[in-house]
Amino acid sequence: MKSLAELAAIREKMKDKVSLREGSNNIRIVVGMATCGIAAGARPVLNAFVEEVAKQGLTDTVTVSQTGCIGICQYEPVVEVYKGGEEKVTYVHMTADKVEKVITEHIKGGKPVAEFTIKA
Amino acid sequence: MKELSLNILDIAQNSITARASLIRIDLDETPDTLTIRITDNGCGMSREMVFSVTDPFCTTRKTRKVGLGIPFYKLAAEQTGGSLSIESKPEAEYPSDHGTVVTAVFKTDSIDFTPLGDIVSTIGTLIQGMGSIDLIFTHKFGNFTVTLDTTELKETLGSDIPLSTPDVLVWINEFLKEQYNQLEKERNQQ
Repeated sequence: MKSLAELAAIREKMKDKVSLREGSNNIRIVVGMATCGIAAGARPVLNAFVEEVAKQGLTDTVTVSQTGCIGICQYEPVVEVYKGGEEKVTYVHMTADKVEKVITEHIKGGKPVAEFTIKA
Repeated sequence: MKELSLNILDIAQNSITARASLIRIDLDETPDTLTIRITDNGCGMSREMVFSVTDPFCTTRKTRKVGLGIPFYKLAAEQTGGSLSIESKPEAEYPSDHGTVVTAVFKTDSIDFTPLGDIVSTIGTLIQGMGSIDLIFTHKFGNFTVTLDTTELKETLGSDIPLSTPDVLVWINEFLKEQYNQLEKERNQQ
């Protein structure tokens, strides 16, 4: 059974990391989670980003967050990526399957996945 | 919405917008009904607002003049022969005990009943996005209740580790899944 003792262990493990992380998150991945986003399948997309960021060890530099309606409901699920100093990239009609490619090529590799963007 | 758990995620976002510090999500199953109650201590709504939120042309969003969250939810309940009710105490009139309760009753034997779906994922998503807000979740089936209380988790984690930490979210996911395995065993015994 899962126990609170395991949470205490996570706390111990994380304690040293927290001070390092303050202020160093310079990439933000924002998922639209209003009625339009949720109905179009944003929940698995958000969860895939959270999992992939953790799996690839990017939690020190990348923050995954949720927002309301971005105003382009017909393109949902919509994901916006903000990297310090660069123009915002908007991914549309996202699915959980597309997440790994975005993380690998854009977040890590620095090259936005053009075929998933709103301009494609 | 393909799952009621998606409606729950959508409706609970309203509690975050209402600046609640505590949200409760309580599911209660009887042999032929499912009752979902979402309670918050947010800013509440006036009588006129409560009356009009089931209207699709009423919304708090700024980007469009329609809001479909509550209307979808109401439809999902009523198409099973169930009901939706909203009670709210606005902050202006109730400075110390304001908030909103949204109660939906579903007839689970109706052919138009939408399955609950991945509720564990909904709870994880809410916790990931709600910052310092507390969440108490219960799902009662017979004598068994699935429970998650973020106030308890925070006592163990302390103030410096947010609940949105990936390791913590994984733990919450497994903690709930274990309890749901138990609930399914109870269900199969009946």
